[in-house]
Amino acid sequence: MKWRPIAAIVLRQFYLMRSSPTRVLPMVAWVAVDIILWGFISRYLDSVASTGVNFISSLLGAVLFWDFFTRVMQGVTMAFFEDVWSRNFINMFATPLLISEYLTGLVLTAIITSLVGLLVMLVLATWLFGLPFFSLGLLLLPFLLVLFLFGIALGVLASAMVLRFGPASEWLVWPIPALLSPFVGVFYPLSTLPAWMRAVGHLLPPSYVFESMRAVLGGHGYSPGGLLTGVGLATLDILLAAWLFTCVYRYVVRSGLLARYSAESAG
Amino acid sequence: MSAPGAATAATDYALQVRALRKQYGDTVAVDGISFGVRRSEIVGLLGPNGAGKTTTINMVLGVLQPSAGSILIEGIELSRHRSQALAHTNFAAVYAPLPGNLTVQQNLRFFSLVYDVPAAAARIESLLTEYDLRRLRKVRCGLLSSGEQTRLSLAKAVLNQPRLLLLDEPTASLDPSAAALVRSRIRQMAQRSGCGILWTSHNMYEVQETCDRVLFLSHGRILLEGDPKTLPHEHGAATLEELFIRLAREPQADHPQMPAADPGLAP
Repeated sequence: MKWRPIAAIVLRQFYLMRSSPTRVLPMVAWVAVDIILWGFISRYLDSVASTGVNFISSLLGAVLFWDFFTRVMQGVTMAFFEDVWSRNFINMFATPLLISEYLTGLVLTAIITSLVGLLVMLVLATWLFGLPFFSLGLLLLPFLLVLFLFGIALGVLASAMVLRFGPASEWLVWPIPALLSPFVGVFYPLSTLPAWMRAVGHLLPPSYVFESMRAVLGGHGYSPGGLLTGVGLATLDILLAAWLFTCVYRYVVRSGLLARYSAESAG
Repeated sequence: MSAPGAATAATDYALQVRALRKQYGDTVAVDGISFGVRRSEIVGLLGPNGAGKTTTINMVLGVLQPSAGSILIEGIELSRHRSQALAHTNFAAVYAPLPGNLTVQQNLRFFSLVYDVPAAAARIESLLTEYDLRRLRKVRCGLLSSGEQTRLSLAKAVLNQPRLLLLDEPTASLDPSAAALVRSRIRQMAQRSGCGILWTSHNMYEVQETCDRVLFLSHGRILLEGDPKTLPHEHGAATLEELFIRLAREPQADHPQMPAADPGLAP
């Protein structure tokens, strides 16, 4: 892999964001709205409930983690969609660019955009609602790592899907986080779920983050084995997603879909 | 320049295509064609719509996988060493405009990184001047006129000083004066840099003026090959256009595929 083609993908996204507030605003606006909304809900619950649960920590903290994961996934897909929207695949792939370089460029773009989103969320949640985010200490690192890796995996997987089924399938990408959220126990323990949903949840890396987060906040300690499983699963998911993207890329080159990529031709 | 002779060494070729075939189900788009483009040679790829010109170009660009046959760019097998082969190639095509949401300069900067162009800033400045794009450097490509977009596509196509240049109707949107200028520049480039050029056009005057050799493609087969200045008379036609029309209207069965002019290119 060469660094310059990778830098090209990141630079292109920087150019687009610099010239277009409509691309920058969603990076910060939606997460800000989420933190403010859930911040007030948490504050209200803290004032009326006498369960001993700190809602600011457990509920707002969970929202922050989940939004971070969503931003990572969208960071990958948005960078990929730039090529879909500008019908740029021939210009892009009739070059020496390797698929690994392209995907690395998308991932670096996602790191930058998701960190901006995380910073905005942290500032708002701490400043407005006093979220003791750093009370999780060094555990923050594996928590964020698992969510980051899984966000990358889903972003690459979603991009592969759009590459295979065409721009019209883009709408399938946006609800993916919402579809997963009931299974991973963002707001409740997995034990709340019926057995089959719990089984699905155990296959999804974020479930280990939210279970650990609740355990730590509840003063019960966490299971390092569970978190390690989350890291392992997320790593496996990334490898699977990269493999699938490569397979789809080979298919669209073989079938001619890449050369005539449009909403009408892909299918 | 005459057709490549038997004595021509394989290393004299910028492009060697052998028994190239593309089949979609029962439909044969390209039917086992063999040809070469030597260094400094401009080869016109002619044929009616649907003859297989763009399919052939897409296969040479690596965005469409052949069903059979081989493509060598500068002696490098495209299917085995895609990135290395495409590093020597570039293209301009009317159906692949550069991203409209980037400016002229941003597009050239982006592609200079993708192609890993050394001393890119100086190269871009030189091309902005050469293709009369200096005053448009900060204009988004989507706002350019079709002629300006064509000039930008050509500037991008020579950015990496390719050894093989593929031009799919490069002057289609240009006024006669601009088209003449572009033809002259491309001829100079071929002669000075030794770049081989594969050129498609429906403008027979342009083909006659620019190309050293032409290949007539119909129903995915090469029907005729030769010097565009002498070929019409050799086949009893007054002009290249008359010959084109006659060949395009004749049924497929009347014309068996021509064998490759150079035995080295035969399957």
